[in-house]
Amino acid sequence: MADCCSEALTGEAGPAPAGLGSCNAALVGTPNSGKTSLFNALTGSRQKVANYPGVTVERIAGVVHTPAGHCIRLIDLPGTYSLRARSPDEEITRDVVLGKLASETAPDFLVCVADSTNLRLALRLALELKRAGRPMMLVLNMHDIARRRGMEIDAAKLSEMLGVPVVTAVSVRKGGIADVLVELDRLAPQGGAGESTWRTPSAAELRADQRRADDIIRAAVKTPPAPDTLTSRLDRVLLHPVAGLAILFAVLFVMFQAVFTWARPLMVLIQGGFDWLGASTHAMLPAGLLQSFIENGVIGGVGSVVVFLPQILILFLFILLLEDLGYMARAAFLMDKIMGGAGLHGRAFIPLLSSFACAIPGIMSTRVIDNKRDRLTTILVAPLMTCSARIPVYTLIIAAFIPDTAVWGLFSLQGLVMFGLYGAGILSALGVSAAAKFVFWRNEPSPPFMLELPDYKLPRLKSVGLGLVTRAKAFLYRAGTTIFAMMMMVWLLASFPRPPAGATGPAIDYSLAAMVGKLIHPLLAPVGFNWQISVALIPGMAAREVAVAALGTVYSIAGGSDAASAIGSRLAGQWSLATALAFLAWYIFAPQCASTLAVIRRETGSWKWMWVTFGYMLALAYIAAFAAYHIAVALGAG
Amino acid sequence: MLRESPPVVARSPLGHARPGFRGRIDAIHTAGNGSGLPADELERRLIELGFVEGASVEILHEGIIGRDPIAVRVDNATVALRRREAMAILVV
Repeated sequence: MADCCSEALTGEAGPAPAGLGSCNAALVGTPNSGKTSLFNALTGSRQKVANYPGVTVERIAGVVHTPAGHCIRLIDLPGTYSLRARSPDEEITRDVVLGKLASETAPDFLVCVADSTNLRLALRLALELKRAGRPMMLVLNMHDIARRRGMEIDAAKLSEMLGVPVVTAVSVRKGGIADVLVELDRLAPQGGAGESTWRTPSAAELRADQRRADDIIRAAVKTPPAPDTLTSRLDRVLLHPVAGLAILFAVLFVMFQAVFTWARPLMVLIQGGFDWLGASTHAMLPAGLLQSFIENGVIGGVGSVVVFLPQILILFLFILLLEDLGYMARAAFLMDKIMGGAGLHGRAFIPLLSSFACAIPGIMSTRVIDNKRDRLTTILVAPLMTCSARIPVYTLIIAAFIPDTAVWGLFSLQGLVMFGLYGAGILSALGVSAAAKFVFWRNEPSPPFMLELPDYKLPRLKSVGLGLVTRAKAFLYRAGTTIFAMMMMVWLLASFPRPPAGATGPAIDYSLAAMVGKLIHPLLAPVGFNWQISVALIPGMAAREVAVAALGTVYSIAGGSDAASAIGSRLAGQWSLATALAFLAWYIFAPQCASTLAVIRRETGSWKWMWVTFGYMLALAYIAAFAAYHIAVALGAG
Repeated sequence: MLRESPPVVARSPLGHARPGFRGRIDAIHTAGNGSGLPADELERRLIELGFVEGASVEILHEGIIGRDPIAVRVDNATVALRRREAMAILVV
C-alpha cells in the first residue's frame, strides 16, 4: 500500500494507478470554508505544490490513505462561490470539476466543503456542483464551532434533502475527520461520473438554487437567535471608522518596527557565524586566488544574504497570522475607499501587503481580483511595495550613515528612516496607480468591491509554522542557487583579468567589473553613483539583495582586505551622505529584479506590461536618486 | 379600469441605509446600476453572496470616507460591499 500512489503526485494525465482501489477526487468549497485545513488533515505531509501548465494557479495535490486501504489522489481546488469562473483560479476549479482540464485526470468524485456556521452559500454551491454529474459528498467543517454557538444541524435530514452523503468534521482536531474517512471509503469504489447537466446558471437559476438552499437550512438547521457575539464585538472596534483605521496603522507600524528590532539578535548571531567561517577559511587556505574565491565569493556572498532570513521570517509571521485570524478581509474593507481614491481596489490590499515580503507572491495573489483592470493596476504597483529583498540594502546603508539616536526618547532614528522609506514606496504606489487610472482607464467606472468578512478564528500554530518553514526553504534555496550563481559571476568579474605584474593600484581596477562599471558610470554619475555602485547594480538584476553582497565583493577585493563583513564601515568611509541617500532613493523604486519582471510577463500574458513596469520604475528611480543627491549636496551633505 | 395600485410598501435601496438598519430584501433591481457591470452580471454576483429576496439584512459598519463601503449582515454571514452596488438591493 505504501507505494500504491507513488506517481499520484505528478499531475500527469492518465488513469488512476492500478493498485488496490486507487482513485481521484477533488476538494471544492467556498472561500473561508476551512478547505485547506481539511486538506492538510486528510493528506498530512503527503502533498505537493506545483503549477497548472501555462497558468500560475497553484496545483495542490495530496494522497489520502483510507482505513480500508483505498488510496485517493486528492486535489485542493481554489475556493469559489460558483462554477461561473470569473478569475483564472475559478476557471481551474470549473474545468477540473467538469473534467475538462486536459492536464488533469477527471475526478471520480467530489468532496464539497462547507463552514458549518455559514451554510447558505455553501449549500447553493453544492446544488450547483451536483449538476456536474459526479458522485459527491458534503463535509460540514468546523462543526465544533457551530455546536458551541448552539446550532443544531441534522446531517441526516440535510443528506436526504440534498441527495448526497453529509458528514461533520473538525479538521483542526486530532481524529476530527474520522467520519470523512469512512465516507471516502464508501465513495471510492463507486466511481463513474454520470451525465453532466451543468451550464452557466442564469440569475433566475441561481436565485432558485439559493431559495432551495434556504429551504433546506430551515428544515435541517436550528440556529439560535444570537450568533457569534465575539466576532461582532471585535468588529465593533476593529471596523470602527476611526479606531479601526488607527488600529490597522498601529499593527502595520508594530510590524515594521518588529522587523527591524526583533530580528537584530538573530542577525548578529548569523553574521558572527559567517565571520567565523570566513576567518577560519582564511587561516586554513594559502593566500591567493582560491582563498579569495572561498572567503569573499562563496562565504561572504552567501552570508551577506542569509543574514536577512530573520527579518523575512518575522514579516511573513505577521502576514500569516493576520491572514489566519481573518483580519486581512477587514483590512481590505478599511482600506477600500482610501485606496479607491488612487484607483486601487480594496482587494488589492492583500496582494500589496504580501508584496512587502516579495512582489512575486504578491503579484501571483492578484488572481483573487476578478476584474482585469483592477488586477493590472495592482500588478503594476506591487513592485513598489518595499519587498524584503530591499531590507538588506536599506539596513546596510542606514546602519552606515544614519546615527543610532533616539527621537522623542521613544523611536530610533534608524527605525524612523526605515519607516519613511516604506512610506515613500506606498505613496509612490498610490501615485502611480492614480496616474495609470488616468492614462489607461479614464472613462470607465471602477468595478465593484464585494467581499465576505469571515468570522475571526484563532490562528493554528501548526499551519503558521508550516507556512514559515516553506518560506524559509524558498529563501534559502534562492540564496543557494540564483544568488550564489550571481555572486560567482560578480567575483569572477571583479577578479579577472588579474592585474599586470608590477601594478600599483588595487586589483579590481584592472578587472572586467571595473570596465563595465566605468562604461555605464557616465549614465549614473548625475545621480551621485560611483563606478562601484554601477557594478553592483548589474548582478542586482537577478535579485535586489545581491547588490549588497556585490558591493562587499567589489570593495573588499578592491582593498585587498579580508573583512567582507565590514562593508558598512567601508562605505561610510568612501561614500558621501548624498550618495548614500541617492542610493536609498534609487532602491525605493529599484526596477532591477528579473524574477518580478518575469512573473509580470507571465501573469499579464504580455510583454507590454512588463516593459511598462520596468520603464516607469527605472524613470522614477533615476529621478528620485537625482533629486535626493542634488538636494543633499545643496544642503551641504556632498 | 381605474388605477388599482398594489399595496404601497416603503421600500428603499440598501445603499441609502445607515448602520443599525435592519430589514428584509424585497427585490434586486440591477438595471441601470452604476457599477460598470451588466445588470445581469451584477445580479448574479449579488445572489452568489446571498442577497436574495426574503433574506434579512442589517448594516453593521461603514467606512470613514463617504460612509463607504458598508458591512452587511446577510442572514448569518457578513459581506462587505460599496454603497453604489448596494443601491441595487431594495429593502423594506
